Amino acid sequence: MATADGTDQSGLAAYREEVDAQRAALYAVLGGLILFYLSPLWGGLTTAFKTQAGFVNTTPIVPPTPEWFTLEAWELAFATMQGGLINSVMFVVPATVLSAVFGSLAAYGLTKLSWRGQVGILVIFLAGVFLPYQSVLVPLRQFWSAVDLAGLLAFAPFLAERADLLELTITHTAYGIPICTILFRSYYKTMDDDMIEAAKIDGANALRIYRRIVFPLSLPMFAVALIYQFTQVWNDLLFALVLITSRSNYVVTQSLNELQGAMAQDYNLQMAGAFIAALPTIIIYVVFGRQFAKGITGAS
Amino acid sequence: MDRLRSRLTRRDSDSGADDEIRTDGGSEAPTGGGTFTRLKHSDAVQALPFWLPPALLMGLFVYGAASWNLLISLTDWSGLLQPEYTNLNLEMYTRMLSDASFIAAFRNTIVLLVAFTVISLAAGLVLAILVDQNIRFENTFRTIYLLPMALSFVVTAIFWSWMYNPSTGTINVVLSTIGLDAFTMDWLGDTRTRLAAIIFALTWQFSGYAMVVYLAGLRAIPDSHYEAAKVDGASSFKMYWRVIVPQLSAATTSAAVVLMVFGLKAFDFIYVMFGDNPGRSADILAVMMFRVAFSRSQWAYGAAVATVLFLMALAVVAPYLYMQYKRGDL
Repeated sequence: MATADGTDQSGLAAYREEVDAQRAALYAVLGGLILFYLSPLWGGLTTAFKTQAGFVNTTPIVPPTPEWFTLEAWELAFATMQGGLINSVMFVVPATVLSAVFGSLAAYGLTKLSWRGQVGILVIFLAGVFLPYQSVLVPLRQFWSAVDLAGLLAFAPFLAERADLLELTITHTAYGIPICTILFRSYYKTMDDDMIEAAKIDGANALRIYRRIVFPLSLPMFAVALIYQFTQVWNDLLFALVLITSRSNYVVTQSLNELQGAMAQDYNLQMAGAFIAALPTIIIYVVFGRQFAKGITGAS
Repeated sequence: MDRLRSRLTRRDSDSGADDEIRTDGGSEAPTGGGTFTRLKHSDAVQALPFWLPPALLMGLFVYGAASWNLLISLTDWSGLLQPEYTNLNLEMYTRMLSDASFIAAFRNTIVLLVAFTVISLAAGLVLAILVDQNIRFENTFRTIYLLPMALSFVVTAIFWSWMYNPSTGTINVVLSTIGLDAFTMDWLGDTRTRLAAIIFALTWQFSGYAMVVYLAGLRAIPDSHYEAAKVDGASSFKMYWRVIVPQLSAATTSAAVVLMVFGLKAFDFIYVMFGDNPGRSADILAVMMFRVAFSRSQWAYGAAVATVLFLMALAVVAPYLYMQYKRGDL
């Protein structure tokens, strides 16, 4: 230990320089990674503002000069996808809310009330998260054609015309229950039981305890579950491909996929469409980043 | 005696019913001498209306549908007719073994799952370690690396189709700008690079997820472990590799399981890029299942392929859940 004050100034300076150099390198790497993660979005954004000739004749990542600039792609993409956007909002909102509510109720029944066998049931809920959707597609289609929701709703034309969307709502609600249950369960596990015990002594039943104590305390977790479910359901294409048969009921991922298929080389239109479809989840992500991260890691 | 002492029985003057209040957080259902009223008010009965409806809905769509799928895979259902559940046999499964496109899709699925999971974990670990160096604007970096997770597969597929475009795509443009013309190619068109290109784009989308999981793991390791390694004179690399990474095994396992499940669901991504037939070089079971069942109406065969996917998920998830259970995390 020969590092008394003032004896080894040059060594200390060299050390400081080395640390500074390391820091600079670290920030350079982190910045480079930002370029990598943002480049598809940045490139997409610049392309969406270019004319046809613009994205053919200019470097992809360079913003358009006034000569190539246009809003046409956005207008056309929006006009094409408008119906899909409306349909998606109509089914995603109820599916999201319903699965969060069911998940909260199930988690309450399986954690805050103690009884034999609850771990077994919980494992069954948990395993549902990992189900590959392909392994239910054929039965799903059989099931919904057997139920004939449109026929059952014939008395209400508004609903009958949107029977496909209703099927999608119920399906997504069912498949959202496992993850929502797990999210609420991990939250309830850390919740203090004192108030619940006190309420029990006062003679409150389970429903009353849920309504008056557990539900209000769950609101932060409802935010997490709603954000998670909204992103998942809004972004899904597979179930929509299987269940939505009539074009007027196409959801946003479907209409974007159609746009992509029909306009394979019109990159400006595709990119504008991609941003329009992604906007709700991007906004949610930017505004509620913390809850979003909590939701996606909730299952681990 | 313990059980008796830990319970208080209180007479409720309004209803006249016995209410059991447990002070031990009671983990068992009432036993011995339980009258009807006591049973009615037990936690087990009170819990039913809360978990049973969601369980029924989930049971119908998840477990009911998966079982029905298994049943359909044992029939020879195809075309427009309805399935017949007489004469069940394993014909569809034997057919798989001699179907070259199944074998290719199976191989690609394994390659995709393993490569995607390993690369995403490695990338996530590096990101997490870099972000964990007490940097400024940590939140901004984290937010940007995780951003692709918010996008749908459809959107990601559109972005990356464009990135990979041989003439106007960013990748080739950047390569030629820095003088690496020799490395430019038609990434999605060339059957040799197609699967790798898909895996790379999926890694872009999900490495941020691995980062978040690893960051939580890193933050749970006490500072003293870092300091002990430093005192021993370990270099940064050695310290992470020998001391820190081994302590992240729980994070690695759970992230790996979830990433594999994402990988199994990569259907949307490939479907948007190539339709339902990406060719032998990039066909995966999830896409093949959809093509066989929904485009060609070979329902029973599609259901059999789906069962293989189900079993693959089970092979990954069952040991994981068992481990969690053993550790007492359930």
